[in-house]
Amino acid sequence: MVECVSKGDLSGGLALFASSIPFPRIISRTCNRPCENACKRLEAGESIQVNALERACVDLADKRPSPPRSLPRKGKRVAVVGAGLSGLTAAVDLAKKGYQVVVLEASARPGGRIHALPEQVLSRQALDADFEVLQHLGVEVRYDSPVGNAEGSCVRFDALTGDFDAVYLGPGPGSVDRLLLGLELGAEGRIRLDPVTFATSHPKVFAGGGQRQGAAAYSSITSLQDGRYAALSIDRFLQKASLTGSREQQGSYSSRLFTSTKGVEPLPAIRPADPPRGYTQAEAEEEARRCLSCQCLECVKACEYLAHYGSYPKRYVRQIYNNDCIVMGARTLNRMVNSCALCGLCEAICPEKLSMGEVVREARQSLVAKGKMPPSTHEFALRDMAFSRSEHFALVRHAPHRDSSATIFFPGCQLGASSPEHVLRVYEHLREKVDGGVGLHLGCCGAPADWAGRQDLFREALDELAGTWKRMGSPRVITACSSCYEVFKHELPGVEVESLWTLLARLGPPRPMPAAAPRALAIHDPCTTRSHGDVHDAVRRILTALGVRAEELPYSRELTTCCGYGGLQSFANPEIADKTVLRRIAESELDYVTYCAMCRDSFSAKGKRTLHVLDLLFGAAEADPASRKGPTFSQRHENRARLKTRLLRELWGEQVNGEGDPTPMPLIVSPEVQALMEKRMILLEDVERVIARAEASGEKIEDRTTGHLVASHRPVNVTYWVEYSVDASGIVIHNAYSHRMEVG
Amino acid sequence: MSQNASPPAPPDLVCARCEQPMVMAKVTVTYLGHKFPYDLLNCPGCGKVHVPEALATGKMLEVEQLLEDK
Repeated sequence: MVECVSKGDLSGGLALFASSIPFPRIISRTCNRPCENACKRLEAGESIQVNALERACVDLADKRPSPPRSLPRKGKRVAVVGAGLSGLTAAVDLAKKGYQVVVLEASARPGGRIHALPEQVLSRQALDADFEVLQHLGVEVRYDSPVGNAEGSCVRFDALTGDFDAVYLGPGPGSVDRLLLGLELGAEGRIRLDPVTFATSHPKVFAGGGQRQGAAAYSSITSLQDGRYAALSIDRFLQKASLTGSREQQGSYSSRLFTSTKGVEPLPAIRPADPPRGYTQAEAEEEARRCLSCQCLECVKACEYLAHYGSYPKRYVRQIYNNDCIVMGARTLNRMVNSCALCGLCEAICPEKLSMGEVVREARQSLVAKGKMPPSTHEFALRDMAFSRSEHFALVRHAPHRDSSATIFFPGCQLGASSPEHVLRVYEHLREKVDGGVGLHLGCCGAPADWAGRQDLFREALDELAGTWKRMGSPRVITACSSCYEVFKHELPGVEVESLWTLLARLGPPRPMPAAAPRALAIHDPCTTRSHGDVHDAVRRILTALGVRAEELPYSRELTTCCGYGGLQSFANPEIADKTVLRRIAESELDYVTYCAMCRDSFSAKGKRTLHVLDLLFGAAEADPASRKGPTFSQRHENRARLKTRLLRELWGEQVNGEGDPTPMPLIVSPEVQALMEKRMILLEDVERVIARAEASGEKIEDRTTGHLVASHRPVNVTYWVEYSVDASGIVIHNAYSHRMEVG
Repeated sequence: MSQNASPPAPPDLVCARCEQPMVMAKVTVTYLGHKFPYDLLNCPGCGKVHVPEALATGKMLEVEQLLEDK
């Protein structure tokens, strides 16, 4: 209603007000305004003058709402005793539901205690106009009809309970002792009733209004509320439904939803120029515009994922639950379930600590368990994980010339993929500075499987990690990647794990000191460090030691944001991942510095100059490492494989199988085709396999228009197609695409 | 999966192994247990089927995604 008024639509405001309040004129003039004490505007000025706005709607609207309509008659009769506001509200609500209602009033007029109000507050005319609704709904009102079982009552209460299917008693606040109703009575001779259902000791009889409120000051809105709750109970009673179900939040209650008034300019209420007449339309609009339109959106404001779907977690949780329960039909929210970065920012921001990430994680596990997880969503990422766990990358060794390790370095899969040189440099530094032998463990921590809801694969990776760790003599584990750190910390509690960053902060910078670093950099904390303040501090100490002034971004440390890779967001929903990155990199003009290879590569891919802390500590091959673009998916595989080969050769003097084999004919891939393959998540090794197979079997198609060859191969779930030609310099790749459907 | 009303003129494709021009024939495409008939170029000799890029990255992808949410 307030929103309608703020837009100048007083008729719309009145229609909304009248849809829930059966007597709008009365309430707009008599309400004791309990809602205004709870208004969030009180924290920044005065509460919104809701009642004055209601009155403006009633007085100034051009269009009156059409009177309410009744549902088809139900063939059941309800008697309402007392034509006060509670009784009349019960009568209107029940008549609208199709019950035949008869009101029995002891006096000669409707309204009860409302008549105690002076004419200038509430005119007789306004009363009559509001009560027209009774006639409209076919409610029969019998005046001068006192009810009771005592002498002098003109209607016997016992007869009512026999003649009618249910009875509402709203005889005002006085004692009913003398009426001999036969009901259980409580304090001061008033009817004893259930505080939620308004039921009395007689199953057919309900009561409220003054009987419930007693001698408390008269409140028209409270009487209206009593009539409404009693009518709800009567309807449920007559429908043989539960009287108590889902009524926990009946009436006003403290919501867990949170609206921040931080930064809201305090504003006093608008005072009408002529108080007895109330607001003019212009005054009403101005007052309504002060409304904060309370919404619980703190997390949505901070998260592109939550904002993307146009609603907020309370609704999302319900939608995700419904999506999970679908037996037949489309699960339209699968993509939404898979698009969250699981970064934990919503939980960190929420005053009630609601974690959408946990909801989504469970939903993903449930989709997997039911066999309903879309097969294409995570397959590529899981293949990447399998590669990192395969013989192409996985490696475990004690330090050269040692047969035990007090410590083992676990660089994770992405540092070696993005910047293999840094793995070498860090490992060298650790071997030099850390006593007791520092082993090396290349592999994957299993986080992608966890993010994909694949608990089976995750457990498998964890068991393997634990087994390797034990075989290596249970050393302290040093992780370079904060996702690996989280996995070790939470999933393998027996393992002593330390972040590379706290260790490096203690060890101090390697000698010789790298060249002078830029003066000021904006620091981005990876989202998986969220709960590790010691890591945040350590990185800042390292930067200070390097002469860097680290500027904090608006969302940093425990409120840091994701780079779009977390939770495999960029695989499930590249559009949201892009929005996540673009928002993050727009937060400061400065070059960024971070300590996660994926965060660095995500930012630099979108053109943000970003350094890795290791670029500053150990230098980089490039003259301007901040502008370095991250590797393609294919290059990531290649970098990992080469890192392993190089380590084995240089540190352990081992030759790797296949190394030194004659190189097959080189593939020539233009940057345009490379970009297309990256977008379509096709690896060079997929292309190589298609061509090797086609050339060996001769199973290929000749396109006589272009002179190109077209070949396909389906290793497991995806068919890859490659268009290529062979010339003297090698095999030129013209195009690559794929599909999951099987043909033939 | 509905058939395109008028597929573009097929390129001059020849099966390299059988050295036979490829011709339109009804083939079945399958995904997650759902089967659809579709007209595609194939080799009358060995049966090798050609899936054009526009189909793989267009209609096929669309239907794959629809079926994945079933």
